[in-house]
Amino acid sequence: MVAGLTVSERQLALLVLGLLASGGLAMAAAGRGDPLGAHGFIVLIISVALAFLVLSRYHDPEPSQERLSEYYDDPTRVGIVLAMIWAVIGMFFGVWVSALLAWPELTFVDQAWASFGRIRPVHTSGVIFGFGGNALIATSFHVLQRTTRARLPDQFSPWFVLIGYNLFCIVAASGYLMGVTQSKEYAEPEWYADFWLVIVWVVYFAIYIRTLMRRKEPHIYVANWYYMAFILVVAVLHIVNNLALPISAGSAKSYTIWPGVQDAMVQWWYGHNAVAFFLTAGFLGMMYYYLPKRAERPIFSYRLSIISFWGITFMYMWAGSHHLHYTALPQWVQTLGMTFSVMLLVPSWASAGNALATLNGAWHKVRDDATLRFMMVAAVFYGLSTFEGSFMAIRAVNSLSHYTDWTVAHVHAGALGWVAMITFGSFYALVPWMWKQERMYSPKLVEVHFWLALSGTIIYVFAMWNAGIIQGLMWRTYNDSGTLAYSFIESMVAMHPYYIARTVGGLFFLAGAVVGFYNIIMTIRMARRGAAAPDSASDVPAVAVQPGE
Amino acid sequence: MPRFHRKLERSAIGFVLAIIGVSAIGGFVEIAPLFTIDETVEKVPDMRVYTPLELAGRNIYVREGCYACHSQMIRTLRDEVERYGPYSLAVESQYDRPMLWGSKRTGPDLARVGGKYSDAWHVAHLNNPRDVVPESIMPRYGWLLGNTLRTDDLGASLSAQQMLGVPYTDAMIANAAADAYGQAAPDSGQSSGVGERYGEATNVRAFDGDPGRLTEMDALVAYLQVLGKLTDAAQKQATEANPETAPQVEED
Repeated sequence: MVAGLTVSERQLALLVLGLLASGGLAMAAAGRGDPLGAHGFIVLIISVALAFLVLSRYHDPEPSQERLSEYYDDPTRVGIVLAMIWAVIGMFFGVWVSALLAWPELTFVDQAWASFGRIRPVHTSGVIFGFGGNALIATSFHVLQRTTRARLPDQFSPWFVLIGYNLFCIVAASGYLMGVTQSKEYAEPEWYADFWLVIVWVVYFAIYIRTLMRRKEPHIYVANWYYMAFILVVAVLHIVNNLALPISAGSAKSYTIWPGVQDAMVQWWYGHNAVAFFLTAGFLGMMYYYLPKRAERPIFSYRLSIISFWGITFMYMWAGSHHLHYTALPQWVQTLGMTFSVMLLVPSWASAGNALATLNGAWHKVRDDATLRFMMVAAVFYGLSTFEGSFMAIRAVNSLSHYTDWTVAHVHAGALGWVAMITFGSFYALVPWMWKQERMYSPKLVEVHFWLALSGTIIYVFAMWNAGIIQGLMWRTYNDSGTLAYSFIESMVAMHPYYIARTVGGLFFLAGAVVGFYNIIMTIRMARRGAAAPDSASDVPAVAVQPGE
Repeated sequence: MPRFHRKLERSAIGFVLAIIGVSAIGGFVEIAPLFTIDETVEKVPDMRVYTPLELAGRNIYVREGCYACHSQMIRTLRDEVERYGPYSLAVESQYDRPMLWGSKRTGPDLARVGGKYSDAWHVAHLNNPRDVVPESIMPRYGWLLGNTLRTDDLGASLSAQQMLGVPYTDAMIANAAADAYGQAAPDSGQSSGVGERYGEATNVRAFDGDPGRLTEMDALVAYLQVLGKLTDAAQKQATEANPETAPQVEED
């Protein structure tokens, strides 16, 4: 880690860590008696520990000039491991919160931090930002260098992004346990964490654009379009939705500048596009690189890539208001949201179809190779959940599905089936390349992970579909005398068996992630013991040339 | 199209600008008019702001993540109106930062829960939901009764909200901590100011049953009891639209 930095970069690292430590100290001093102060101490401890790490290796020899003719992959390697750690943490909390809905006394401790409302965002942020975000950062650095044939611009800034991002995740997750939250869904972290993320994100964008400017390929490869859209649009969404006024410099508490109905619109413009640009665009970038590479097939259609990319970039931004059907949001906005959500099916299926058609001629590999099968199943779930999303955005359907567990089913079809599966598939392809091995430590365990993940997802999603539809129907059922047939509590009691089934599905998925983490760690250990496999001939995937060009 | 796109793909900056331009349109068209079209939020003269105690309770509701299981948005659907009351109006969350409309009903909607249950019921229910609703899966919040409410930052809270446009007066900000105390201690000297500043209809009671101590339970129950009660606009609209079946406006 430190050995890869030049002396001037080590000095820069110490300077930045010094600034960060002073920032932590200032927070600790200003926020005495407030959770802000506790966060100040966390920041201080982490930055001092990292400074010691840099100092202890400060006099190591500098990396040789030859490094400039190679790609810089250390941040990717560390990012993969961090992503898997967050996967296990985030999914563990997911299983725990799901168990609390079946058995509410399962808090173990009757403490505030262990209550459902505080640990649920640890699950959502842990898997979305911890697991998903680290996976995106790690793979984006890898894909960016391979598809531009240019090395990252320097050795310091990728570490700044990776470690700075994880600092954000740690502050966010520990904050929820202390009760620090804006209660804005998927944007819970408070103002100072949000501010820090903006700094990290600017550096991330700078790495991307600086590398692209130095590319040796004339064209920017399609995976990079998606990674760029992810970085740019998430920045805009994050800044606009989190504009807030802290009540004082020494308090973690802030109030959003957006009031009531406008806040609802901004929040779901953010919320739905966090799905679009964090959980879709970024992972499509992953898919457009690792799937054709693993299948050793060119992308099926360049035209479809263009249509789906610009369709997604344009239309998703209109779709957020479908979260607010029949609410106090003006109806014209609801109708716009519904319309664009339905149209979104076209670019979404163009992407899913493009991925599946790329596998033509490689289906025997899908049968034999669990890694490629992960990616294939991910593309299928992407197609299914985008169809379901467009369907649920229709007002009449939404009147039944909204507020019920059907939403939870939909989210997890996307999150488990698409996001997590494409990540695991990409990691299983990437890890042997990164640690210069012929294959993973155990291809059998990849197979085990695949079946655990797939069965877990199916159990989970079917349980929640049933739960949601039953719930929605019970709420609107009338008896013969024209009054509501069921009390709310009756609908809640009816959920119990499905909540248990969901916990079982989640446990399967968590078990798979643990198996995957073990397999990756063992592959790394295998690499440390044994010899390296030769590099593959070309890292750049082929793109089909259209007739007439 | 592919030919034009091949050109665009050769320029990193061009591609970045294209992404920003194409993605900016939707949000702009949907959000900006919400501030300029007058009908977006109904004009209601009797809409009042949260008292400092209610706001503190709201902050606890935010802190504990209650929105993950409880919505505060009754949709314009027959079964929702019959189950929870008149559908929610935009004006009712006019001063809500953030809005807490929610997206999931693991538990029931709370937009009009104010006044439906007694203070004692809420205290017992929050202490252990299964004591009053045996099938409930809600967490216990017993520690709220033990936690003294923090009031030293309430002035700063009101002041920040004032800066953002919530009509808190300077007198409300200056007396924030005293008003929080007075609202939960009806026989104390501080209680009279609450009615003067926030209206005589404001609930002034020992919400947690103990007027001697101001707890987080006081604040949360005060907040829950005012949900749906900040204005009569929704009830009035329902009565005008359908005088026979609409619920009567409560006189309190």
